[in-house]
Amino acid sequence: MERIKVIEIKKSVFENNDRDADNLRQELKGRGVYLLNLMSSPGAGKTTTLIRTINLLKDKIRIAVMEADIDSDVDAVKIKEATGIQSIQLHTGGMCHLDAEMTRQGLDNLELDGTDLVILENVGNLVCPAEFDTGAVRNAMILSVPEGDDKPLKYPLMFSVCDLVIINKIDVQPYFDFDIDKCRSYIKMRNPAAEVIPICAKTGEGVERLAEWLLNAVKTWKTN
Amino acid sequence: MHELGIVFYIIRDVKQAAEEHGVEHVNAVVMNIGEVSTIVPEYLTDCWRWAADKEELLKGCELKVSIIPAVTHCDGCGGEYPTVQYGKKCPHCGSDSTWLLRGNEVEIKEIEVADT
Repeated sequence: MERIKVIEIKKSVFENNDRDADNLRQELKGRGVYLLNLMSSPGAGKTTTLIRTINLLKDKIRIAVMEADIDSDVDAVKIKEATGIQSIQLHTGGMCHLDAEMTRQGLDNLELDGTDLVILENVGNLVCPAEFDTGAVRNAMILSVPEGDDKPLKYPLMFSVCDLVIINKIDVQPYFDFDIDKCRSYIKMRNPAAEVIPICAKTGEGVERLAEWLLNAVKTWKTN
Repeated sequence: MHELGIVFYIIRDVKQAAEEHGVEHVNAVVMNIGEVSTIVPEYLTDCWRWAADKEELLKGCELKVSIIPAVTHCDGCGGEYPTVQYGKKCPHCGSDSTWLLRGNEVEIKEIEVADT
């Protein structure tokens, strides 16, 4: 019978990615580029929110967007047409999230000189993107009213890694059993420091506050 | 879908380890999977079979999963309790200043190779 030898590895599968992400973050710091990783379920309104926010900010800072999807380029085209800013589409080749290496490859295709803020629109999914550090300075997520106020309980990791939670589609709140105070308390359970900003991307309600948060985040980070 | 992505990372790391140790074929890979790591072990082994058989190094290689039970530590009373049963709130003192001590692992523990 064949004799078996055991080789001990003891290594987290996230270890390489965490190291790549830290390197990327440092590199971007040196170039003065703030990377925001934006996550949500499919259909929570990431692209519409981005268009609204970018149009409020594009005269103040230079922004670029990377759209990540399993397939198609509809989001990148939509962003470019609606805002005129630099926008590219990344395909994840069937993967349900972006990792630091894929993010770096995306950034290589952007004109980064003079760019202040790059927003990465991650694959629509509340599970996998939360596990993989992309190298972003901050993580943000959008939770939309129809999804329900209990999502922070069901997807704890996503809410614990996000510094900013945007609650979108607040115009339809009367039609859903969505308790915004309850939702806030669930978010605080996962991350006491998370900022919560309710908006309606369709009407523009609350988007100014979001734009201001982003502008401040970029400015503070650049001067520190 | 989620598990398949994880499998690709495992394959990458095992390939690297095999190369470092001059191994030509791996018989088994042993994983430590935390109870609350969001990995479904059955999906992981299914995806593993499909992806591993495409690699010469890993043809027929078994993926063994060892589950690490999730344990939460309470800052309120200093106690520990099973996470899945009680969640965020400490069953001993009622505090919710608690944090996950273990149970989030997605770790390659070891690989088994033929001893030549």
